[in-house]
Amino acid sequence: MKWRYFRQSLFFGVVRLSALIITIALLGIIAFLLVNGFKAISMDFFTLPPTDSMTKGGIMPAIVGTFYLTVGAIAVSLPLGVVSAIYLTEYAKQGRFIRIMRIGVNCLAGVPSVVFGLFGLGFFVVFLKFGSSILAGSLTLGILVLPTIIGAAEEALKAVPQTFREASLALGVSKWKTISRIVLPSALPGILTGAILGVGRAAGETAPIMFTAAAFFTAILPKSIFDEVMALPYHIYVLATAGTHIEQTRPLQYGTALVLIALVLGIDLIAIVLRSVVRRKKRW
Amino acid sequence: MIVRARNVDFYYGAFRALTDVTLDFEKRRVTALIGPSGCGKSTLLRLLNRMNDLIDGTRVEGEILFEGRNIYAPEVDPVEIRQRIGMVFQKPNPFPKSIFDNITFAPKLSGIRDRGEIETLVEGSLRQAVLWDEVKDILGKSAMNLSGGQQQRLCIARALAMKPDVLLMDEPTSALDPISTAKIEELIDSLKKRYTIIIVTHNMQQAARVSEYTGFFYLGKLIEFNATEKIFTNPAMKQTEDYITGRFG
Ligand SMILES: Nc1ncnc2c1ncn2[C@@H]1O[C@H](COP(=O)(O)OP(=O)(O)O)[C@@H](O)[C@H]1O
Ligand SMILES: [Mg+2]
Repeated sequence: MKWRYFRQSLFFGVVRLSALIITIALLGIIAFLLVNGFKAISMDFFTLPPTDSMTKGGIMPAIVGTFYLTVGAIAVSLPLGVVSAIYLTEYAKQGRFIRIMRIGVNCLAGVPSVVFGLFGLGFFVVFLKFGSSILAGSLTLGILVLPTIIGAAEEALKAVPQTFREASLALGVSKWKTISRIVLPSALPGILTGAILGVGRAAGETAPIMFTAAAFFTAILPKSIFDEVMALPYHIYVLATAGTHIEQTRPLQYGTALVLIALVLGIDLIAIVLRSVVRRKKRW
Repeated sequence: MIVRARNVDFYYGAFRALTDVTLDFEKRRVTALIGPSGCGKSTLLRLLNRMNDLIDGTRVEGEILFEGRNIYAPEVDPVEIRQRIGMVFQKPNPFPKSIFDNITFAPKLSGIRDRGEIETLVEGSLRQAVLWDEVKDILGKSAMNLSGGQQQRLCIARALAMKPDVLLMDEPTSALDPISTAKIEELIDSLKKRYTIIIVTHNMQQAARVSEYTGFFYLGKLIEFNATEKIFTNPAMKQTEDYITGRFG
């Protein structure tokens, strides 16, 4: 009896400790960034481009660039991902072909991001002659998050009760209208939540954009989707590895990292809030 | 005879759920399908408006004629069949939309645009389903807030809004309390002046109360089909008698 009680409390202790370690690690990273980067944060940091060979000034072009790339990645991946998920869950007959497609999608999810970067370079930048540009970077990031979005959309579509589909079809509504008017609206919040989480990941990626979109330095903002942009993750990479003033720009590096992590957490927060609002409203 | 089943066999994969079912449904009458659970009542009902098409790996043999035309002929569009043969399910399944939008959803998609026409349709359908007085002030509210019995009548109104000829009902009261059940039975009685109704029921009193004809099924076969009165007072088959006297099922 005693032994069993002891074993149980030991087990709970280990579980608690694991949770604690994760929380401490996360808080530790944030605290570390705050302490080291806080000095860099000011109004100018958000509104000015880098100056003095990137040893002073702000990161405004990188914030704008990351914003464009993120929006672009959503614009590419959301329609494509949703259409694929509709095909996989609603239309395709479940069989070998679909199994192979699913394996393909899962493999895509496991491909290292640098491989996406090289693919984007070879295909979008060089072969399609988009050059290093918002367009090429958005397409590359879009493909990177596609598996996440397909997965989220499939889950959301499967969660729509079969009875909704039956009710609509039994009224003599066609299959496509049933999907577009009943199934998709019911699944939309779930799809968006997944999409936002996916894009949060894309916003922080460096490898896929460094060959396809990211500029080392540009003080001017992009005028079209064929322009290069600065981006937060790449900016950190550049400051921390390639500059001649690596030590001197430490505060800028941490400040940029702080902005990036706040951005990603902010995006995740939007998704979490959206999900909880929808869960509360959902009545089936 | 508006709907006729001719030597119908039906398979889920290799499993034969219906065997050689031949049965006619008379226009503007209520026909009840009874039998123990799993005997194929729902399967037959869903065959009549091609809802079984949705299940992969199923196969129909024989013919189902609607107004003389085989609804399983290759040129027939199941969407059109379902517009003329409506269906009410066992569990009320309103859309997560307003009461008004539940009714207008399908008619709008089938091309009705005129505001006045739509409003007339909503009121007319809800009145036929004896729900109008209860919901006329909350048409914009979500249908999910209604009680189970109200939801089921809404589903009936929604089906009627497509102006079908035939209404299929699969145990429409099995999820409802006795009062709601009584309301729906009254409703069925008033609807048969205009619609052909085919109702699957578990409840033999219900079959006796609402229907003119009754078919008794057992293990995928139609054992006996006759006027309801005949089935319940003087069944021809021993199995029917055993079932209605509660000796099995
Ligand atoms: N989707 C399905 N796939 C395979 N078998 C099914 C399916 N639906 C029903 N069946 C089988 O077909 C038989 C008849 O089912 P059903 O028509 O639902 O019976 P009832 O409505 O009379 O209770 C049962 O044996 C049932 O298990
Ligand atoms: Mg049934």
